[in-house]
Amino acid sequence: MSDAALKKPGHAGFLKNNLREYGMLISLFAIMVFFEVVTNGTLMRPLNLTNLVLQNSYIVIMALGMLLVIVTGHIDLSVGSVAGFIGAVAAVLMVRYGVPPLLAVLICLALGGLIGAAQGYWVAYFKIPSFIVTLAGMLVFKGLALAILAGQSVGPFPPEFQRLSSGFIPELVPDTGSLYPTSLALGALLALALVWLNFRGRSRQEAHHIETEPYGFFLLKNALLFGIIVYFAYLIASHRGLPNVLVIMVALIALYAFVTTRTTIGRQVYAVGGNEKAAKLSGIKTERLTFLTFVNMGVLAALAGLIFAARLNTATPKAGLGFELDVIAACFIGGASAYGGVGRVGGAVIGALIMGVMNNGMSILGIGIDYQQVIKGLVLLGAVCLDVYNQKRV
Amino acid sequence: MNALLKMQGISKHFAGVRALSDVTLSVEPGEIHALVGENGAGKSTLMKVLSGVYPHGSYDGAIVFDGEERRFNDINDSERLGIIIIHQELALIPLLSIAENIFIASPPARFGIIDRGEVHRRTKELLAKVGLDETPDTLVTNIGVGKQQLVEIAKALSKKVRLLILDEPTASLSEKDSAALLDLLLEFKAQGIASILISHKLNEVSKVADRITVLRDGRTVDTLDCRDGAVEEDRIIVRMVDRDLEHRYPKREPTIGEPIFKVTNWSAYHPLHADRQVIRQVDFEARRGEIVGIAGLMGAGRTEFAMSIFGRSWGQKITGRAEIEGREVDLSTVRRAIDAGLAYVTEDRKHLGLLLAEDIRKNVTLANLSAIAPAQVIDDLKELTVASDYRGRMRIRSHSVFQETGKLSGGNQQKVVLSKWLFTDPKVLILDEPTRGIDVGAKYEIYCIINELADAGKSVVVISSEMPELLGICDRIYVMAEGAFVGEFPAAETTQEKIMRAIMRKGEQRL
Repeated sequence: MSDAALKKPGHAGFLKNNLREYGMLISLFAIMVFFEVVTNGTLMRPLNLTNLVLQNSYIVIMALGMLLVIVTGHIDLSVGSVAGFIGAVAAVLMVRYGVPPLLAVLICLALGGLIGAAQGYWVAYFKIPSFIVTLAGMLVFKGLALAILAGQSVGPFPPEFQRLSSGFIPELVPDTGSLYPTSLALGALLALALVWLNFRGRSRQEAHHIETEPYGFFLLKNALLFGIIVYFAYLIASHRGLPNVLVIMVALIALYAFVTTRTTIGRQVYAVGGNEKAAKLSGIKTERLTFLTFVNMGVLAALAGLIFAARLNTATPKAGLGFELDVIAACFIGGASAYGGVGRVGGAVIGALIMGVMNNGMSILGIGIDYQQVIKGLVLLGAVCLDVYNQKRV
Repeated sequence: MNALLKMQGISKHFAGVRALSDVTLSVEPGEIHALVGENGAGKSTLMKVLSGVYPHGSYDGAIVFDGEERRFNDINDSERLGIIIIHQELALIPLLSIAENIFIASPPARFGIIDRGEVHRRTKELLAKVGLDETPDTLVTNIGVGKQQLVEIAKALSKKVRLLILDEPTASLSEKDSAALLDLLLEFKAQGIASILISHKLNEVSKVADRITVLRDGRTVDTLDCRDGAVEEDRIIVRMVDRDLEHRYPKREPTIGEPIFKVTNWSAYHPLHADRQVIRQVDFEARRGEIVGIAGLMGAGRTEFAMSIFGRSWGQKITGRAEIEGREVDLSTVRRAIDAGLAYVTEDRKHLGLLLAEDIRKNVTLANLSAIAPAQVIDDLKELTVASDYRGRMRIRSHSVFQETGKLSGGNQQKVVLSKWLFTDPKVLILDEPTRGIDVGAKYEIYCIINELADAGKSVVVISSEMPELLGICDRIYVMAEGAFVGEFPAAETTQEKIMRAIMRKGEQRL
């Protein structure tokens, strides 16, 4: 490390250089503030916030898998159908055949992986464009869902299974009335852990003379991060506590963020998307990695399908319809590149939350589903245009 | 004689960086004017100013063409006057035919309907002019790079060309194709078409150029006139780098040990045409501390041979035996080849060598992630140490290891690719065209690195189309032609003529 590495740009320069990273976070914040104001505070009410999480968890979870697929330079159009199909399988297993919920969930996740494998096989080893393979998959699984449900809704699910979506984490402290202290404590703990990780990372970087962001900015960022998480935990805790789904979601986000940035397999996925031939000549098993990203997508789509079915407490032939569009949009709004090799887990999650907040906010405002779609479409286009413009400017 | 083109006092800035300052260039009618300089000297920028890619107003200075000051707003303005530029990266559409490519912009048409007969006839004429023996309906993807270059020139001729600009036209051509291309330039000269030739190959430049303008750090250093007598290559080099490169190849006292890498009876077939044998029963050996060259013309099968060895990355039905340090090794996948101690540095670093959007650090560690990732979790500080170490050792010029490799110069990119492979600690390092598209100064550095590797007991295999380079750095040279090894010479006792003769004899045998 030399001269230039130690040179620290000023605050303005730093912000400019990292606009892309913080831009999305700022947009999410702005959108939330906007809807908070125009809905007269409905958006951030504890009840609504909990609903927001429940409504969007499956999109966020699928976006994690989709991000990897997009980073390798592919796309998966079948996730909505797969989610719907798995929900149907779960219903048939549990309601018709009385399979115990835990076993049924495991079967469904395995089946999701198998579906991902079946599609990934053609994409990875036969080099058939993923667009085509998963378009076929979309039709196949939509049809299969209809077939096994015989066109009818099947439900209700056993209560244990419903808890996946409608349950909340158990409260350890005896009833205190309005607030759920365990949830609040967990939120605070998470915030503390994140801030601690940031500080540890920074001190390690400084020890090695790596360029770090300006200290004031760093402090402000962590203070905001801490404050926002604790505030949300407080809001959530003042309704019914942490939903089980939120816990699953946060754990998965943490896992995927770690895998993509810190592990060899994550690094290799980005290498395949960045330059498949160079990756292959560097000894990376590009086909197997591509295959695995589809298997992973299948499992996550299955999980999302289960959560969605549990939330509705019934499996309908129409479940999952159009999910793939929200999921793909979330990744692109979050800064993933359609050409592969670029994209971050954090970005995809923020992208999903932006879509979710807009859906929710516009519904509260009573905007019809027609114009909601128009607005969402324009936001997607605008976000990607802005991204492309930013890259050109640099 | 009045100059056809005069560029006077051209200056150009990019966000505070001075790319050109007060550059002067004048080209006379019917002249071949060479433009030389190290990478980053400003040659391409100057040509972009001339062709209108950088429009009038974005630079200072004046362009006088045909005695009139010109203000080009885009490339169409300059083309209208007959200034045609052919870029290093060819701009042909692979799945269209030669004829369609030539007349892509404005095909002869009546009422908007393309006159196919006319297209065919005129393409034939143009192909005859450039000496390309292909039918107009041949798809561009089916002809080699050398021929594609000729198609580009034919395309230029389809417009009324008065000044032809060629940016590194022979960079990816074999000696034979290069010679044909240079002859073509001489022919154009006889017809009164002037050309500007940008090239790193000084032997070519001194062969055909009437005058040579040398750029260094965005300034015109000198214009050498070759018409009164040949200009020595060394004189050009001195002007380019402003330091005396007395020896273009660093000296080395080889200490050659036992054979490390042995390939016997190696054969491979074309990946698409299973009946076409491309590599024919090759026997090859490389010793510890030895630099072995593989000479040959374009299409001789050198890259294909190397890649078929390296994890069967090329071809099918590959047979043969490979030994490293006396033990037979399995080279059936790239991973196994790397683990066996083999490394292959590609000739095409942009497409096959680098993750251009990623930084130096991630590129350096890519082929040996397990060394910095105990239990599959990357130790980012260790990774940084490794990358910084290579950046220092290889003198990769960049502001830090976090710089994107896509933004580095060719020489520095090559050093990143080399670093990546050195980090795998190979026993045998195969370098395919290691100095292609790299300027003179960086070439010298690459040669020094190659020497150091050999001295450290590795065996280095160099594939190169530049024979002086092979003669300059290798200890022993294999000659390859039509997929077979047709000669083997100690470098000290051979000459370019001997190598050429070995190649030609092979060609005659077939007739």
